[in-house]
Amino acid sequence: MKQTPLTAKHRALGAKMIDYAGFEMPVQYTGLVEEHLTVRSAVGIFDLTHMGEFELAGSGALATVNSLCTNDASQLQVGEIQYSCLTNERGGIIDDILVYRTEQGFLLVVNAANTAKDYAWIEQNLKPDTQLADRSNELTLIAIQGPKSAPLVEEVLSVSVADLKNYTFMEPEYKGVQVLLSRTGYTGEDGFELYFPNEFAEELWDAFLTHGEKYGVKPVGLGARDTLRLEARMPLYGNDIDEHTTPLEAGLGRFVKLHKEFVGRDVLLKQKEEGVQRKLVAFTMIDKGIPRQGYPLLTLDGEEIGAVTSGTHSPSLDHPIGMGYVRVDLAQPGTEIQVQIRKKLAKAKIIKGRFLA
Amino acid sequence: MSEKLLYTKEHEWVLVKGNIVRIGISDYAQNELGDIVFVDLPSVGDWVEEGEGFCALESVKAVSDVYAPVSGKVVAVNEELEDSPELINESPLDKGWIVEIEVEGTPQVGDLMSEQEYAEYLKGV
Repeated sequence: MKQTPLTAKHRALGAKMIDYAGFEMPVQYTGLVEEHLTVRSAVGIFDLTHMGEFELAGSGALATVNSLCTNDASQLQVGEIQYSCLTNERGGIIDDILVYRTEQGFLLVVNAANTAKDYAWIEQNLKPDTQLADRSNELTLIAIQGPKSAPLVEEVLSVSVADLKNYTFMEPEYKGVQVLLSRTGYTGEDGFELYFPNEFAEELWDAFLTHGEKYGVKPVGLGARDTLRLEARMPLYGNDIDEHTTPLEAGLGRFVKLHKEFVGRDVLLKQKEEGVQRKLVAFTMIDKGIPRQGYPLLTLDGEEIGAVTSGTHSPSLDHPIGMGYVRVDLAQPGTEIQVQIRKKLAKAKIIKGRFLA
Repeated sequence: MSEKLLYTKEHEWVLVKGNIVRIGISDYAQNELGDIVFVDLPSVGDWVEEGEGFCALESVKAVSDVYAPVSGKVVAVNEELEDSPELINESPLDKGWIVEIEVEGTPQVGDLMSEQEYAEYLKGV
């Protein structure tokens, strides 16, 4: 198993460690619910070094990114970021990624489990005059998330983030070395992600914990990361989206720009014109029970219409919630469906928007 | 008749009183599961088979089955768990008991572990 430069820190904090995408990662420190609620009310820090980072440079970089991604990277100014999908010829999602427009070209941030697959795919499809470099092993990634994240980041990095808008980044210096600070996250809260050379990992981690004490900071594991993103209705690759689902089925249409060419565009254009057959929906339980990945979804008459892709007991709502694909005619908010939980059928209701207000 | 708890390899405990077997989960098990938020209890009158998962404990991150260490009829369930599933975390060996099963004849619990044996067993987990 691979480790991150912070593995020893996690162990010292008493974290429960698991194998995640080949990395030894903290799943929780003191307790999932406590960590989750800390991010909603104060601030949490996360080690996300397992994520992959690729740099694309050269005159062909934009053409490469735009030919592989659903979103339109030509719209990005230096310092801006967009959410995007890498799609295959069938319009299926190879990965969901963040695209950063840098001075030199682009930085793509990819899911840990997909790093090798994505790199091979991009390398295979490079346009002329494009250089691709994998920076995953050189960069540490820490996320600082929650309503108190801005003052904490300002204090530790001696910067002002007042003008740093969502989905933009800045490159402040830390001890004379340029780091990358973006206003992004995967929790539904205000928050930041900080990329920097591995050598600063332990001291920056400690600095966020020490300076964050007065804001009530806590280290947060992958367990709470999952419940936080689910409450914010953000899809998780491997659960809610994969190579057999398209961005349109997953409700990611606003990140698909069909006016330009990219792998899978024709399939997606056709799907858009004809309408999708199934849709990823969010639902909240009416009856007791917690939906889990793979549980069947049924109509009230008992006809199977899909399956749960993510489900949990929402710590913020103290109520079970889930996401899953259903037949499109049953995807309307307000529709009541059933989840088969072990031997019982439990009623649920499809909701509009996020779980949290 | 014994007041001593016996343990299974699946981390349940049992307390035998005559032909009634009370069942819960160990402190180790509740700690591994984390915050329990829902207990899917069987109904009084259900028949359970030894080795069967007869009850589901839901924590935020996962669901775990509780396995029956004996075969028999469910004669009581801890109804307090319906509104207060956290009792299993707070008091796993006492207030967090889960069910009582009535067995036919004498409960066969000879291959279960004593508290000391279970403590040894946990060292190898």
